[in-house]
Amino acid sequence: MIISNTQEIPGKTIIEFFGVVSGSTVRAKHIGRDIAAGLKNVVGGELAGYTELLSEARGEAIRRMSYQAESMGANAIVNVRFATSSVAQGAAELFAYGTAVKVE
Amino acid sequence: MEFLSLLITPVMLLGAWISGSVLERRHLNNLRLLESGSRGVLAITVEDHPPNWDVEDCELVMGNVVISQDYFKRVAASVKGIFGGNIRVFEPLLVRARREALVRMKGVAHARGYDTIINVRIETSRLANSRRDGKGTAGVEILAFGTAISLRDSTV
Repeated sequence: MIISNTQEIPGKTIIEFFGVVSGSTVRAKHIGRDIAAGLKNVVGGELAGYTELLSEARGEAIRRMSYQAESMGANAIVNVRFATSSVAQGAAELFAYGTAVKVE
Repeated sequence: MEFLSLLITPVMLLGAWISGSVLERRHLNNLRLLESGSRGVLAITVEDHPPNWDVEDCELVMGNVVISQDYFKRVAASVKGIFGGNIRVFEPLLVRARREALVRMKGVAHARGYDTIINVRIETSRLANSRRDGKGTAGVEILAFGTAISLRDSTV
């Protein structure tokens, strides 16, 4: 599965479009990380626990999106976009979407 | 006892101010080092690569960072917010975080053997507070992503 956020896959041509594919995860931070981040919040700077959590969650969203594209018979996803929204208390939704295509 | 609780806020403010500025200086030094290390990777925001580039391989790369402002600066910003205008204390942190996210994205591309990233986008989103009253930890996430490409002949 080739994933790209450009209009086309560089160096390849699109031969078929399959439509929109998407994947999302909703993650909440667990309590231990929250306490550590709360302390870090006083001095400022990076909240490393959250950085890790969000990149893991985004990876999961991308994985789900590629499963969907694979089941359609696509071998690439173009024009991938991300959206993050805070849906509930201490939880964030990570959403990835793009267009499933076949390239050669 | 009452005297103690009066003392806590100024002590926290002072502590946050000192440690915040120490961390900031350390981070800037660190960034300078990392940025000189990833100078070989070209990141551009144009959507498509020039047509004369012979692209061999491509992959989506990302770099993210979650940051929060220190207590002193949050208080300073809320005071400044009364008068409006440029909230200068917030700017350095966001600038630093964007640089950090870009450096991480370039690092990922470099580690996987790519030398160019096209269609780079930078997104900023606010994370939810962990407590219902709007206090508690809240952070801002900066995400940088783009398509890393490698060229067939490295003469370009």
